[in-house]
Amino acid sequence: MSRIKVLKTYKLYIGGKFPRTESGRYYSPEVEGVSIGNICLSSRKDFRNAVVAARKAQTAWQDRSAFNRSQIVYRIAEMMEDRKTQFIDELIIQGSSKKAAKTEVENCIDDIIRYAGWCDKYQQVFSSVNPVSSSHFNFSIYEPQGIISIIAPEENGLKGLILSILPVICGGNSCVVLASESQPLSAVTLGEVLNSSDVPGGVVNILTGKRKELLTHFATHKDVNGILYCGNEKKEIELLKSGAASNMKRFQSYETIEEVSPYLILDFQEVKTGWHPIEKMSESGPAY
Amino acid sequence: MSDFNLSVVPVDQLGVFERVSRFQKRSIKGTSKIQGLKMALNMIDLTTLEGADTENKVKQLCNKAQHLHQNLDSLPTVAAVCVYPSMVKIAKQQLKNTDIKIASVATAFPSGQSPIEIKLADTQFAVEEGADEIDMVISRGKFLEGNYNYVYDEIATIKEACGSARLKVILETGELGSLDQVRKASDIAIQAGADFIKTSTGKISPAATMPVTLVMLLAIKDHYQKTGQMVGMKPAGGISTAKGALQYLIMVKETLGDEWLNNQWFRFGASRLANDILMQLEKRNTGHYQSPDYFSKD
Amino acid sequence: MAKKKIVWELSEAIESTDHIEIKDQYELFIGGKFVPPTQKKYFDTVNPANEEKLARIAEANEEDITKAVKSARKAFNSWSKLSGAERGKYIFRIARMIQERAKEFAVIETLDGGKPIRESRDIDIPLAANHFFYYAGWADKLEYAFPNRKPHPIGVAGQIIPWNFPLLMAAWKIAPALACGNTVVLKPAETTPLTALKLAELIQESGLPEGVVNIVTGAGESGAALVNHKGVDKIAFTGSTEVGKLIQQSTAASNKKLTLELGGKAANIIFEDAAIDQAVEGIVNGIYFNQGHVCCAGSRLFVQESVFNQVLDKLKARMETLIVGNPLDKNTDVGAINSKGQLKTIESYIKSGVAEGAELHQSSAQLPKKGFWCKPTLFTEVSQSSKLVQEEIFGPVLAIQSFRTVSEAISKANNTPYGLSAGIWTDKGSKIFNMIMNMNAGVVWANTYNKFDPASPFGGFKESGYGREGGLHGLSAYLNF
Repeated sequence: MSRIKVLKTYKLYIGGKFPRTESGRYYSPEVEGVSIGNICLSSRKDFRNAVVAARKAQTAWQDRSAFNRSQIVYRIAEMMEDRKTQFIDELIIQGSSKKAAKTEVENCIDDIIRYAGWCDKYQQVFSSVNPVSSSHFNFSIYEPQGIISIIAPEENGLKGLILSILPVICGGNSCVVLASESQPLSAVTLGEVLNSSDVPGGVVNILTGKRKELLTHFATHKDVNGILYCGNEKKEIELLKSGAASNMKRFQSYETIEEVSPYLILDFQEVKTGWHPIEKMSESGPAY
Repeated sequence: MSDFNLSVVPVDQLGVFERVSRFQKRSIKGTSKIQGLKMALNMIDLTTLEGADTENKVKQLCNKAQHLHQNLDSLPTVAAVCVYPSMVKIAKQQLKNTDIKIASVATAFPSGQSPIEIKLADTQFAVEEGADEIDMVISRGKFLEGNYNYVYDEIATIKEACGSARLKVILETGELGSLDQVRKASDIAIQAGADFIKTSTGKISPAATMPVTLVMLLAIKDHYQKTGQMVGMKPAGGISTAKGALQYLIMVKETLGDEWLNNQWFRFGASRLANDILMQLEKRNTGHYQSPDYFSKD
Repeated sequence: MAKKKIVWELSEAIESTDHIEIKDQYELFIGGKFVPPTQKKYFDTVNPANEEKLARIAEANEEDITKAVKSARKAFNSWSKLSGAERGKYIFRIARMIQERAKEFAVIETLDGGKPIRESRDIDIPLAANHFFYYAGWADKLEYAFPNRKPHPIGVAGQIIPWNFPLLMAAWKIAPALACGNTVVLKPAETTPLTALKLAELIQESGLPEGVVNIVTGAGESGAALVNHKGVDKIAFTGSTEVGKLIQQSTAASNKKLTLELGGKAANIIFEDAAIDQAVEGIVNGIYFNQGHVCCAGSRLFVQESVFNQVLDKLKARMETLIVGNPLDKNTDVGAINSKGQLKTIESYIKSGVAEGAELHQSSAQLPKKGFWCKPTLFTEVSQSSKLVQEEIFGPVLAIQSFRTVSEAISKANNTPYGLSAGIWTDKGSKIFNMIMNMNAGVVWANTYNKFDPASPFGGFKESGYGREGGLHGLSAYLNF
């Protein structure tokens, strides 16, 4: 007699914990007519809880040394390597070929490692000392925007997730991610990886559910500082941009994200410029 | 001797420069210019402090002090003549029927590198010879060593020796190294009893500058706000143009107020300034630009 | 020898207006020519210092905006293909021409806007020229600004600027746009159009290809027509947060790139270990510069309790030395309020402050009879919940609060939807860096305030808008990659 398979419950990932949706609602995305699992249908309240968790975690994450963030991000890659087969299996369930699934997972792991390296480099590459005409030391540095709500791409469930989350958190932001509606399995597993990889709870929060229900809340919540949107649905973009105006959220949209780039990190940074007088004294005597 | 309360007041050099540049941008025209120039003339300590000074040289200086320029009516006199102690007597004789004060440098001017006994004797001599005002130098060496008590005590001692003569304390700011130090030295001198604080001996460059003077004025202002006591200010050396003098006066006006705009509380230590002011006044009078050849050099 | 107290007052020192030419009427600058508005409608621009009319200004309607956008589009085809080096030469030329006519620009800026001639002469106009000069040099170096990327121009930029720094804001907008290969349609504010129109004349003389810069005048409706025009690829707006939000909403359905420089309510924080006298200068410069018509004005003052009274006394004494009056007088420190409407706004805030129980103090300056004026003003006895503390007043009105610790200062300073700028005054280096890191603001001035430079990026966090102007950072707003 064959053993009865233990089915996985796919939960949300909020504040380092795995709650079910407070709404109690589920949906079952299908691939070729077959359900791939029971997935939480997140509510507005789940989103709100996620933002609270993200806010709680953000400052501490930003205050970590860049080097430390780099190590933690590298740890994500290590943990993912560990659970490679699970990710591959889930991609296959979601309709990938075995070969494509393997490539996607391996590429994702490699991309995470590249971002691990960027954590403590982008500041050095892009910060500047500005040559002002007066006797001031003037410099511009990058600071995270705060909380970014991410609408992950509908296609390429895993890759889209990785390439949208990583530039956001490398730069010291925390985020609330809405995973692909049709390919949510990797999202939940990614939450498990993040949880076991020293990423502080709340830095990444992952929701599953329907864009239609959640987009407005992603756009209008006043404690969210920026939005990363993946896709090209005009109506969705308009909704987000217009909602973002309520508190001047920064809005970035990409049709797809295909590559690792420090410019994506900068998209979720603020430029801060500091001024300070320089005293005038020299070897030849005081200038007063 | 008495200890004193020195609290460090930080000074931002660039901030001081920026404030000074605002004073320098004031446009002083018309009647305010004439009034300002006459005020400046009346604040001058006409100075000769040379090893080569002779009685005749001092006589000529005293004559100039009384008769600045024949062509101009209703001119004020300068505030004082400033000489070495050995010349006090002759100056006193020359100026006995005038309001012009006799100021004498003392305390081993300009270096101040003598023991206190000699400085005291120097001061007492000048006072006995008839000096109305004593311009002492602080011991910069002791100040830079951090021996602020010494500096304070020395000033207090000399002040006592001055009797009724008013004491101007020269900080020699060009040797102090920073505006923070200028402020510190100002605070020490004021607390020790200086009637005036003065920038420079004229023997060291830079001598008086507007930033240095502003820092000293601010020390005076803080003291005034705390105690209600006024202290005078004397920038000395390097002020040679009428325009420059007016900028100083604007700075005094806007920092301390009109109460300080008289020679009881503000002086210029200068030798060439008087003639430049006279040229400006003559120009206003005649409408023509002037040549130095028409103004007596004493 | 007690002396009678002398009173020494400065005589008038009025800047000459003899060499200034202001026409009776100004048209729209479209396609390199001055053309009358379609509807033949005009409005007056007045001198806020005496309420006298300076000129009649054309009012652009939708049709005029369309003409301007078309002319910019046409010019874009060739301008964007011109080599960077050649583009740069045109911009350098404009910079030089502004320098040559600096005095004329300064006087007109002061006549039209009410700001002291000292400021327009020493700050606005030189900075405007410098801005063109700085960005001219970028035109052929864009690849170096963005390693591993291929920058290219966006297209037609619609630019809307405010009335507080009319020529300087025009320079902030036009210079980087041109350097990056875009063409522009600029709309100056309705109360201060003159220097932008003078700039149009200068641009015409400079030989810049026709249509690269178009300047259209009008009020909010003309601006809205520009924002909503389909032919515009990018909107750059400087102004109020309220209008900024509307612009973001109304462009949501389009692909227009957007940069917004909006309002502010900056904290200026004085610690007990600061160089107090210089800090007081910083406070004055922070709030009374340009009559407080400055988005980054240090309008919320926080003073550590141990030095609160000292700072307040010094500040009040310093306020008395501020000369308020004829903006053309070279000695004037505080000029006229820009418009009647703005004066009303400021006065209503002052009234509400008094009504809320705050303690009002104003300098004893005598105000002229005609024109729009407000005395340098400060309020104590205010709290974080006061309207005076929460809302941008855009006038010479300072709200003062005390604090006890660094943490309290940080928390109060950041407790606002705005995030444009902040000021910090302390002599302690480690504290300065901590404060710079902790301020939620795009520009942090430490031991200085209200400093601007073409090489220094300017722009805000949070509801103060997004995007940066100035420096290398100001380029990306005008490029696609």
